[in-house]
Amino acid sequence: MTTLDSSKEIQKNNSEVNEEHDDFRMFGLITFLIADGMTFAGFFAAYLTYKAVNPLPDGAIYELELPIPTLNTILLLVSSATFHKAGKALLKDKNSDSQKWLFFTAFLGIIFLICQLFEYFHLPFGLTDNLFASTFYALTGFHGLHVTLGTLMILIITWQSRINGGRITSQNMFPLEAVELYWHFVDGIWVILFIILYLL
Amino acid sequence: MTLSIDPQKTNNESLQPKGWLRYFSFSLDHKVIGIQYLVCGFLFYLIGGTLASAIRIELASPMSDFMPRDVYNQVLTLHGTIMIFLWIVPVVNGAFGNYLIPFYVGARDMAFPRLNAVAFWLIPPSGLMLVASYFVEGAAQAGWTAYPPLSITTPQSGQIIWILSVLLLGGSSIFGGINFIATIIKLRRPGLKLMQLPMYCWAMLGTSILVVLSTPVLAGTLILLSFDIIANTGFFNPVLGGNVVVYQHLFWFYSHPAVYIMVLPAFGLVSEILPVHARKPLFGYTTMVFSIMGIVVLGLVVWAHHMFTSGTPPWMRLFFTIATAFIAVPTGIKFFNWVATLWGGKISINSAMLFSCGFIINFVFGGITGVALAQVPFDIHVHDTYFVVAHFHYIVYGGTVFIIFSSIYHWFPKVTGKMLNEKLGILHFIITFIGFNLCFAPQHWLGLNGMPRRVAEYDPQFQFVNQISSLGALLMAISTIPFLINVFLSVRNGKDAGDNPWNALTPEWLTSSPPPVENWEGEAPLVEEPYGYGKQFSEQK
Repeated sequence: MTTLDSSKEIQKNNSEVNEEHDDFRMFGLITFLIADGMTFAGFFAAYLTYKAVNPLPDGAIYELELPIPTLNTILLLVSSATFHKAGKALLKDKNSDSQKWLFFTAFLGIIFLICQLFEYFHLPFGLTDNLFASTFYALTGFHGLHVTLGTLMILIITWQSRINGGRITSQNMFPLEAVELYWHFVDGIWVILFIILYLL
Repeated sequence: MTLSIDPQKTNNESLQPKGWLRYFSFSLDHKVIGIQYLVCGFLFYLIGGTLASAIRIELASPMSDFMPRDVYNQVLTLHGTIMIFLWIVPVVNGAFGNYLIPFYVGARDMAFPRLNAVAFWLIPPSGLMLVASYFVEGAAQAGWTAYPPLSITTPQSGQIIWILSVLLLGGSSIFGGINFIATIIKLRRPGLKLMQLPMYCWAMLGTSILVVLSTPVLAGTLILLSFDIIANTGFFNPVLGGNVVVYQHLFWFYSHPAVYIMVLPAFGLVSEILPVHARKPLFGYTTMVFSIMGIVVLGLVVWAHHMFTSGTPPWMRLFFTIATAFIAVPTGIKFFNWVATLWGGKISINSAMLFSCGFIINFVFGGITGVALAQVPFDIHVHDTYFVVAHFHYIVYGGTVFIIFSSIYHWFPKVTGKMLNEKLGILHFIITFIGFNLCFAPQHWLGLNGMPRRVAEYDPQFQFVNQISSLGALLMAISTIPFLINVFLSVRNGKDAGDNPWNALTPEWLTSSPPPVENWEGEAPLVEEPYGYGKQFSEQK
């Protein structure tokens, strides 16, 4: 095994070569989100197939109320906008503004989850009642898991973008940008889910 | 924006354990991770091979006398799952991909070294969990396909452990795929164009695209299946209004591309090995690239040819038959390109070359039976018979595993700086080749005559042919012995290989063997013609 006796020189060459690479972390994240999106695509495909070929038995209850999910859609869309505001504020080195926007985004996420749970408790069907019910809970539950993780990550980056000692600054925007992209992705999935599950 | 954190600096040598201990550490070095994948995969290959031998011993007689029927079902399920998810996929992607891709793109490590280590360390625990599930009220019994309602009605704990294990392995595979795509697209040495990359990079790019697009669908499907088993939902349970065919569609949406995930990297590896040992440029580089991408696109839209007997409507049968037949075109192009690469070359007969030629022979046979199986009338006749088993093993053992051995013979000098013993290598090839064909060629006949797969007992008229097959399996088991002896002897006191024993031109040979931690002393070389054999050797750097 060759040792790194000329390590300084290698390090120098190394950093020279590396400086010419673009930041590929965002590229990796996008690839991951494509993979994650394919999981949802599989669920959607299963749901639509069931809807087309598996008629529910007579008397099965599958009515959904629209007000709560519509409110949830608005909540998530607004939260995407507030997250964007947070990024803009951080870019201008206004960390405390950025933190306020981030906290507001996380707050909207938590309200979304509370509304979702409220809907779960007031629906007339349970997980195992019929095929529609199972698919409904699997889809919204899997999405809710994503919202939960996203909210936790937003709270973490809110703490990390504090003025003294925070890692996230206008020079190191990547964590915020990564969570922002993830959050937009989760919102986009919700819009598709809302259309397919509630409106179709 | 440039990268502020240099991932390679995290790979500080002083922080890493030295010697053989580093293979048991959370090492971030792509070469260490590659070897971890290979050795771990080979250990599971030995377990899966033992299970295969148990299957062939059982099938040497028509009655189930060697083991009870439910144990037989567990053995065949574990055999399939271990061989696919713990041996072929991790080794042909993870092991060779991690070892070679950074060299080929001129990088010092993979794009995400930590993610890479995580991807590897998911494998041993899930593999052990899978093997250990035999001791908890029996392992899964529903085959590697885990079709419901069978997987719902068989004992549950084994099946749930199976699902958990496959989910973890799928996660490992996705992390690996993301890493390969990012490395090949984003981490190329400045000045290196995509069309100058060695063919294995293209194969891994195509494979990783398939991994990223299809593996998550399997994960979602298995989550739904576990709900059916644990929470008593009815996604795939007809009694509760579910639909088993939906499971089959979602499962094969992953598992047909999975065949390409297993065989495309082998296409890439054989394209690296043949030019070196035939001293000729790879024939038809551009057509190779386009046929790999063609296989990727077509591979995503042929899954329902596994389901011709599942009540598939006629239009679907028509579409999937035609799409499947189309795959023969890019595959055929690749086959003829390999033959043309050998044609008129200065061929050296060594173990790596022999295994590669064995691959070409076996693979064309498996490919032809594959085209036959795509035809609906024929498929309905032989569906779920030993014909399918024979076809599959011709692709995956005769194809991919032959290439894994070929690659081990080819790159062993690179990894260790020692040569493998050629005599033992050729002996290994002869026993493997004869044993493999003796084992699986008769199974075509068995299938055509109606012997069903996955059943411990069979009609006594098939006994003689089954015994021939079992004899072949015995030879295959024996063939591992010269290989293991060879590896152990050569690691300790093999002949010194020098830096480039094959006079190869691909970038991994342009550094010392074994390579230094950062792959190159100094800047990575720019290899514009990785297959420029037959030209003046001095023109190449």
